[in-house]
Amino acid sequence: MARTLINVPTTAKRGDVIEIKTLISHPMESGYRVGTNGTMIPRDIIRQFVCTYNGEDVFRAELSPAIAANPFISFFTVATESGTITFEWRGDNGFAASETAPITVE
Amino acid sequence: MRPSRREFLIGSAGIGMASALPLESASATPAMLEEAIRNVIGEANLQTGKITLEVPPLVENGNTVPVTIIVDSPMSEAEHVKAIHVFNEKNPQPHVISITLGPRAGKARIATRIKLADTQRIAGIAEMSDGSFWTGEASVIVTIAACVEDVK
Repeated sequence: MARTLINVPTTAKRGDVIEIKTLISHPMESGYRVGTNGTMIPRDIIRQFVCTYNGEDVFRAELSPAIAANPFISFFTVATESGTITFEWRGDNGFAASETAPITVE
Repeated sequence: MRPSRREFLIGSAGIGMASALPLESASATPAMLEEAIRNVIGEANLQTGKITLEVPPLVENGNTVPVTIIVDSPMSEAEHVKAIHVFNEKNPQPHVISITLGPRAGKARIATRIKLADTQRIAGIAEMSDGSFWTGEASVIVTIAACVEDVK
């Protein structure tokens, strides 16, 4: 399981626009580099990132090899209700990781 | 017959050219950038404005270049940003990232870190809920390239 780092405010007022920061450890090998034995290193990237808020899609990103290693993505969402925010990453070679963060909305 | 010095030099220059060519074709061109943008927007009219790409004007390491994408939009149910696409000019592939968002975002401001293989232009495209497309550009000078360097 890849290491992830998520930053979500634990509490927010209803209707607040909150910032979410996510980071996941992944090499994001572009597939354009030549290795030590002269062969191309095969591509190994995270292709998709999805954030759902209590089951509803709030943010989606399709990544390409041009995203730096250990993809960092920060974005905003509206705090509508208490619950959980789920983050999912999917990529080459069956890579899948998910993380959840609780949020309390007053 | 031994080649003369002149023939040898001409020959070796050719080898140099030949080995440089595959490197050239490994990077996207401005034409590929235009094509990638056309694939996203189709026949729609591309207007300049509303989207801003915040990138440091000079980066030392092309392996991690912080980029912040800001779109000027109220992000209401009636008027919001549907998608944001980022493209580059000279990486092996023109596509960088495609983002889908909606009124739930509250604010169209996204930050990430990208790789840049060369000093180049990057372009952002924002698709609005009314079907219009807006574009913005940023130029970056890169001193150490990324993506295509070999593993030592």
